[in-house]
Amino acid sequence: MMNTSINFLLAGVGGQGTILASDVLVNVGLAAGYQAKQAEVHGMSQRGGSVTSHVRWGKVVYSPIIGAGEVDVLLAFEQLEALRSLGTLRPGALAVVNAQVIKPLTVITGGQVYPGDEAVRQAFAKVTHQVEFVDGEQIAGSLGNLRAANIVLLGALSALLERGQAAGPGLTAEVWLKVITERVPAKHVELNRRAFQAGREALHK
Amino acid sequence: MIKMLSGNEAVARGMWEASVGVASAYPGTPSTEILENYAISPNVYAEWAPNEKVAVDVAIGAAYAGRRGMAVMKHVGLNVAADSFMYASMTGLEAGLVIVTADDPAMHSSQNEQDNRTFAKFGRVPCLEPSDSQEAKDMVAAAFELSERFDTPVLLRLTTRICHSMSAVELGERVELPAEVKPFPRNPAKYVMVPGNAVKRHPVIEQRMKDVAAFAETFPFNRLEAGGRALGIVTCGVAYQYAKEIFPNASILRLGMTWPLPEKMIRKFAKSVKRLIVIEELDPFLEEAIRLMGIPCEGKSIFPITGEFDPRVVRESAVRAGLLPASASVPLPDLDPGPLPGRPPVLCPGCPHRPTFYILNKLKVPVNGDIGCYTLGLIPPLSAIHTCGCMGAGIGVAHGAAQAGSPERHVAVIGDSTFFHSGIPPLVNAVYNNSPIVTVILDNRVTGMTGHQENPGTGRTLLGKETVRIELEPLVRACGVKHVQTVPAYNVKAIEKALKEYVKLDEPSVLIVVEPCALLPEARKRWVPLEVLADQCNGCTLCFRIGCPAILKSEELDEKTQRPKALIDAGMCTGCEVCAQVCPRQAITFRPVKVEAGE
Repeated sequence: MMNTSINFLLAGVGGQGTILASDVLVNVGLAAGYQAKQAEVHGMSQRGGSVTSHVRWGKVVYSPIIGAGEVDVLLAFEQLEALRSLGTLRPGALAVVNAQVIKPLTVITGGQVYPGDEAVRQAFAKVTHQVEFVDGEQIAGSLGNLRAANIVLLGALSALLERGQAAGPGLTAEVWLKVITERVPAKHVELNRRAFQAGREALHK
Repeated sequence: MIKMLSGNEAVARGMWEASVGVASAYPGTPSTEILENYAISPNVYAEWAPNEKVAVDVAIGAAYAGRRGMAVMKHVGLNVAADSFMYASMTGLEAGLVIVTADDPAMHSSQNEQDNRTFAKFGRVPCLEPSDSQEAKDMVAAAFELSERFDTPVLLRLTTRICHSMSAVELGERVELPAEVKPFPRNPAKYVMVPGNAVKRHPVIEQRMKDVAAFAETFPFNRLEAGGRALGIVTCGVAYQYAKEIFPNASILRLGMTWPLPEKMIRKFAKSVKRLIVIEELDPFLEEAIRLMGIPCEGKSIFPITGEFDPRVVRESAVRAGLLPASASVPLPDLDPGPLPGRPPVLCPGCPHRPTFYILNKLKVPVNGDIGCYTLGLIPPLSAIHTCGCMGAGIGVAHGAAQAGSPERHVAVIGDSTFFHSGIPPLVNAVYNNSPIVTVILDNRVTGMTGHQENPGTGRTLLGKETVRIELEPLVRACGVKHVQTVPAYNVKAIEKALKEYVKLDEPSVLIVVEPCALLPEARKRWVPLEVLADQCNGCTLCFRIGCPAILKSEELDEKTQRPKALIDAGMCTGCEVCAQVCPRQAITFRPVKVEAGE
């Protein structure tokens, strides 16, 4: 893992909170002393389609987007979308994959086949062994709000970055929590703090 | 103060710092957030216009009146506004006039990827292009200064990756302009473009562009970054970032003004390097202009003319052209996950457009569609949009097909916002030239696709003020349509009955289908998930034909048919009851009656 720059790809389904998560991530990079840029596409993608967002941290960051083959860290909110992003990863990339399955209409009524858990894991094994599957939905549900799953995943990501020593010593849990607190409605701050911690613990288990 | 801003937020901030007097726009991805963000700044006037041409005329009116005017649109909006854009170039103005075009290379949310720099050249208008959010903000002020100094509109061209990328921006102070408004100019020689006056204006604007070109030689956003002499790169916009990343040692001429061009600067730069290339997305706009100067350069022979760039596209193209060694190429993981099921955008659960498309599919009529969420009616299993080209096209296309003798009844489907945008003249035409087409206006009281912007039917302005709510039925009747009715959007039978009646008529008819977008905050409060009664369901699959993402296949098979029963995802279901209406076995619950009574 390079210490001069980190390329994050966030992949999910419209409505899963990928945009908030990438907003947090770019600002965490800034707070940790990096230059940071983020890029996403609005529009059609919000109608239940695939959504991706790019975040880059580095000493100097030029391009806001990442070319295929250069993703250092994948944060996937859904298994099929994780698989769809696999070809963009650098070998040995870090990955946090939400175990959630959201079947698209092409599967429900179109007769296409949703890949099984095992197929997803085997495909990942060809690219990297540093992949963690986290049941963000179940964890968020146990905290009382399914919509906090994106923050659970950020918690897991923070722990994975620390484990991989990918982001330098300035990146403490406090930095993440400060940025999250600034970005969620006041009444949800406590829930999101707990979601972040639960995500960290899920990875430490 | 430094803040992370998207390009769109940065433009909004730049507008505020530049004290724009009047800003007008029609929403369109990727430009929409510019006016949304500007509208929440203190002491501003901003509005949604019904279309981009109106927005440009409004901005021109402000600039004639001596206040800075701005119009904002996506790239194809400038096609709609082209007539106004062209006359504004001829007349010039009293205060600054800036038009933002947000181009969409790769067509993330558009019907084409036209390169609007050509409009600048065509219209004799200077064009500025930022490479990040900081410049997106700073170039607003620069554009107004340029506009006022040279008496010209200025085109500020963004692209999706500028609009929707976030980077750090150092905020500036607001430049306060005199509050008083001067008397409106009485200067017909300049502002009344009858032929006698226009003939005299044309040489003026040709000279103006020569003057701007001379100014471009010292324009601070045209920037030389000296590096090695082996390779020189002329670039602009977001492509500059890719050039910096892939060619850290090259000399770079970054053009912040991409029309007119600083010829001396380019000539000097070309002489200082051994090989000159141009890295620009889409058209060879700079490349062709540089070649016309007699300067050899390469561009589209190396880099693609379609789609958007990223660091990979630039690097791999450069490797193929021998600009970089083969070892610079970044390999992709060697894997084949097999064909993955696609996840196209779909009509949301509870979308009030769904029943109309379900019936249109059932009637098997040709449907001429339009631009909006409802274009998604093309996706199976609804499969009920057969043409869609641009805003407001559907009604005219249906009429033309009918006049050509197309043997079936044509149905044009258009949303409320698109009808206000450009649906009225073609409807007037269908009445005037009498064709038996059926027009369906899907009225969800809001501009949905771009994220719930107000429109003339909403009853509220962009600044949040209550206003007149323009009703569609009287408007349609005033257009001379005799057969008009309004039906509630979730009433499947009522829609079917009305459409079956209208397709038999020999005169134009309009069906208005009304229900607020299910994602509006007020509508969300009414969500009640329905349930499938597994004992009643026999897996007949009829409910799957409405294409609702909340209806899933259950693990449970029906004993007789051996087909999966339906299952409703309670987290997604809004309780619109469309599935319950189409179920022949009453196997899907309706909403509890007391909820209905409480509404």
